[in-house]
Amino acid sequence: MSLSLADVEKVARLARLAMTEQEMQAAQAQLSNIFGLIAEMQAVDTRGIEPMSHSQDLAQRLREDKVTATDQRAAFQAIAPQTEGGLYLVPQVIE
Amino acid sequence: MFESSLKQLGDALRAKRISSVELTQSYLDRITRLNPQLNAYITLNPEMSLAQARAADARIAAGKAEALTGIPFAQKDIFCAQGWLTTCGSKMLHNFASPYDAHVISQFNSAGAVNLGKTNMDEFAMGSSNETSYYGTVKNPWDTTRVPGGSSGGTAAAVAARLCAAATGTDTGGSIRQPAALCGISGLKPTYGVVSRYGMIAFASSLDQAGPMGRSAEDLALMMNVMAGFDERDSTSLQREKEDYARDLSKPLNGLRIGLPKEFFAAGMGADVAKAVEAAIAEYKKLGATIVDISLPNSKLSVPVYYVLAPAEASSNLSRFDGVRYGYRAPEYSDLADMYEKSRAQGFGAEVKRRIMIGTYVLSHGYYDAYYLQAQKIRRLIAQDFTEAYKQCDVIMGPTSPSTAFKLGEKGDDPVQMYLSDIYTIAVNLAGLPGMSIPCGFGDNDMPVGLQIIGNYFDEARMLNVAHQYQLATDWHSRAPQGL
Repeated sequence: MSLSLADVEKVARLARLAMTEQEMQAAQAQLSNIFGLIAEMQAVDTRGIEPMSHSQDLAQRLREDKVTATDQRAAFQAIAPQTEGGLYLVPQVIE
Repeated sequence: MFESSLKQLGDALRAKRISSVELTQSYLDRITRLNPQLNAYITLNPEMSLAQARAADARIAAGKAEALTGIPFAQKDIFCAQGWLTTCGSKMLHNFASPYDAHVISQFNSAGAVNLGKTNMDEFAMGSSNETSYYGTVKNPWDTTRVPGGSSGGTAAAVAARLCAAATGTDTGGSIRQPAALCGISGLKPTYGVVSRYGMIAFASSLDQAGPMGRSAEDLALMMNVMAGFDERDSTSLQREKEDYARDLSKPLNGLRIGLPKEFFAAGMGADVAKAVEAAIAEYKKLGATIVDISLPNSKLSVPVYYVLAPAEASSNLSRFDGVRYGYRAPEYSDLADMYEKSRAQGFGAEVKRRIMIGTYVLSHGYYDAYYLQAQKIRRLIAQDFTEAYKQCDVIMGPTSPSTAFKLGEKGDDPVQMYLSDIYTIAVNLAGLPGMSIPCGFGDNDMPVGLQIIGNYFDEARMLNVAHQYQLATDWHSRAPQGL
């Protein structure tokens, strides 16, 4: 199958990836090739087969709802791009 | 000393024939001399390494040494290590000094091992040649015009070039086994859930698994004893009894049933690889094994299934990189959405973006059933093939990779060709089984060939036994690249 340029543009927007027109064209060709490879699995008859998300079909183990984390704000914020007064700074989103 | 096994190094350290500081300094000197040719390490921090070595010497002096105390290991740069730059091969994390230790790192630390440095890798472990690393490609120590494989290519090159005693890797679709094969070393991907993924930067969470890479099966067994075990911080970590992975190493192989999947010995495998793998099978027959012909009919679908599931999970896992809490932030932007889009566009490389886009597409409205769900259903068919096969055999063998190490740049422009180089390894991850690669000879251009050994769930001790017995009878694993 092949992807249209509009598909690529939509996916780039959903994935929050800024792309130039030229990059989108290159991506269109490469992604179409990859989906050509993927198409091989679509003809397989999988009626009655349960999807497998875990190799041993185990469910997620749940833990007790109790506080386990310690306060590491200073360590975590030391590596943040921009902080102020213990808060992470981002461009204004509410006028 | 650079040829010594982990057991020999441990014995020498405990007998005080050498100190951990001397050993660590020797490795650091060798790294200084050889790493510029190979680019196997992204980050070195001799001060931190030597501080650990001094602590190990004190522990040895106090008589509290364990098997790996004082031995210098390298860590794949996917494992968060406190105070160490942890880049995952990406510009996105070029300035990420981890505030905490991955479970694997803390296990090595508790054992008193020394961290020599962080090894190079494909960006976010997405690649089979190490060419997607933001920090430059790694060169294969056997021929520096060739790739080391990937994604754990830095680790494989470092082990092969004796730039560490052994090291860690991770394997989502073959990232331990394929570079081990291409660099002529041994590597083990354990059963999914045996080694904690806590602090290991996530790629495809239902497939990712950490494992040891070293020069022999015996070394891998000693590392597994430190790396494996339950960790409540990883919700997929399995609660099992602690086991000694070295317990069966010396068992004879009489009566071992080796399954050979006809699909692995069909068109696609290089003639030189086939020759070396067949010679290894013949050696196993001499050691008392019997051969069973088996079939894994759905394994041919593993590459397409993988390239739906892994990118889908990656697109979700990598959504955390948004330039807000850590990592790269674009220098200029107009608003919040623009900051996200530019930070991600500038911080991620081409292959990572490609996989995020594949994943975003297959998970987007209207496509989920046709791609993700269909892939998960075929995943079950692939796993069932193995379950059937293990009714007739104890281990499965075949090639690790269809070819020996290819030239740098050879597959650079064609993602599909690169993806197909993992054709024999991916099914093992989809099924969640343990798999390993051990050196079994040399192919064209004198490049190493890897034999893949696939075990049943939790059968790592047997696989290590099977590999060790071969390594007692042959010397492929002790060959070292010359001319560095």
